[in-house]
Amino acid sequence: MMEKMIFGRFIPGDSLVHRLDPRAKILFVFLFIAIVFIANNAITYAILLGFTLLSVFLSKIRLYFLINGLKPVFILMAFTFFLHLFFTQGGDLLVSIGFVDIYEEGLRQGIFISIRFLVLVFMTSILTLTTSPISITDGIEVLLGPFKRVKLPVHELALMMSISLRFIPTLMDETGKILKAQMARGSDIGSGPIKERIKAVVPLLIPLFVSAFKRAEDLATAMEVRGYRGGEGRTRYRQLNWRLIDTLSLLLLVGFAGLLWYFRS
Amino acid sequence: MNGSILSFDQVTFTYMPEDKSVKPAVSDLSFSIKEGEWVALVGHNGSGKSTIAKLMNGLLFPQQGTVKAMGLDMSEESLWDIRSQMGMVFQNPDNQFVGATVQDDVAFALENNGIPHDEMVVRVRESLQQVKMEEYLDHEPHHLSGGQKQRVAIAGALALRPRLLILDEATSMLDPQGRREVIETIRELREATGLTVLSITHDLEEAALADRILVMNKGQKQMEGTPDSVFSADDELTEMGLDLPFAMRMAGLLQQAGVPVTGESMTEHELVEELWTYYSNK
Ligand SMILES: Nc1ncnc2c1ncn2[C@@H]1O[C@H](COP(=O)(O)OP(=O)(O)O)[C@@H](O)[C@H]1O
Ligand SMILES: [Mg+2]
Repeated sequence: MMEKMIFGRFIPGDSLVHRLDPRAKILFVFLFIAIVFIANNAITYAILLGFTLLSVFLSKIRLYFLINGLKPVFILMAFTFFLHLFFTQGGDLLVSIGFVDIYEEGLRQGIFISIRFLVLVFMTSILTLTTSPISITDGIEVLLGPFKRVKLPVHELALMMSISLRFIPTLMDETGKILKAQMARGSDIGSGPIKERIKAVVPLLIPLFVSAFKRAEDLATAMEVRGYRGGEGRTRYRQLNWRLIDTLSLLLLVGFAGLLWYFRS
Repeated sequence: MNGSILSFDQVTFTYMPEDKSVKPAVSDLSFSIKEGEWVALVGHNGSGKSTIAKLMNGLLFPQQGTVKAMGLDMSEESLWDIRSQMGMVFQNPDNQFVGATVQDDVAFALENNGIPHDEMVVRVRESLQQVKMEEYLDHEPHHLSGGQKQRVAIAGALALRPRLLILDEATSMLDPQGRREVIETIRELREATGLTVLSITHDLEEAALADRILVMNKGQKQMEGTPDSVFSADDELTEMGLDLPFAMRMAGLLQQAGVPVTGESMTEHELVEELWTYYSNK
């Protein structure tokens, strides 16, 4: 179950999309989210879908893998689809079974909203699947750079994010170990009424917290010893380089927005 | 060249000086380390070893006495200068890995000290080569063994080209294989560069490799000398809760049993060597 989920997972590769600058990809996704709302008729939604599939193709992520990994999202999508189908009125009455009436407008809206949902989820997944978390962090740090002037602690936020990402697997391992240790002592988290299960989680969380604090203290010492004293005067090991292809990808998106605007009704 | 790189002069440190019932973690301690030496600091748990390490690079300041490092008196002003010339590796391999990947972690101290990018790339390569981890540039910490993580931590310390490397129980959480890897790395590093090393440990086998051993007991310096001279006081060491290396204990027992071994062999390998030559010369 967990292995199949692809939220926030990174699949290394060397596709065109993989090699784009993380800043370009982040900007691209944010602009795309805004552009999606231009679409308002069959043609524009079709173009939107086509563009998204093209992006998936360029990222060399297998469509089957993407769909398989996003199953929980499809449940949500189906839910909104049926909500629109049953409750939006307008246009001709298409079907009427018992007290359920399905109108033309309901079907249209249902399909449009589902497509909107789908393209948004696909595009953001492409971003996280083709960009390592550390590159995303780097990208965000540089993009937010101008906000340092208004005292936003950009460097600190980025560092926090990268350290959190770095410690996720470590803490997961640790949780597994504590879980086993508690199970060996007869604690039972997997079954019983909800109340009992919540109670059983407490002896798991406390050791985890204690060790996380210990780790934080050690890490702070290790960082200080290695000369860390904030973002001031620091150089960066990871360099981002913006190439022509990054500019082109953003221009392509602008062109795409123009196209949508042209065909919208 | 042979000047003192670090010295403590009558240093006393108490964690909670207001509370009179708390005994000093380090009391009236004086010693110095010369450039190029390998010194081992041994002692039981709670004998003040980590406190000494923290006093050395200004994580703590003594209530009495003075700490001098790299020819400077330790103070708020000289602190960062001293730290940039001193590498430090701690016990827990996971809790000192800051970067997302091996190369990021090695570069961390360089970034902090404002080293230009091109220079960083060179130094990261160079330090990873010194610990034989150059093939793991892009590996993430959770895909490395404990010994490998500690070697990366050593590389991270070496990247700044320090004059002194301090290892605070850097091998104590490792399996025997990892421990050997790390000790071997230090040995080779010393052979290649003559780097000054202070290794804090309660593994006397590791301490046996040093030029000089300082034995701490309850915050005070109990003994100081070459491994041979320190180990000859084995009763005293046992009393402090420190076990002689296996080979030395074995040699002692062999002597009691009437086998004329010298008792100078400090590693199993040396003892085996001695035993078989003894048999073939008989
Ligand atoms: N942060 C601290 N606060 C209060 N007491 C401490 C702290 N760290 C260590 N101590 C005490 O100082 C003494 C020496 O500890 P430490 O230097 O860590 O010994 P070692 O590294 O030899 O095991 C111990 O008695 C310990 O309990
Ligand atoms: Mg200690």
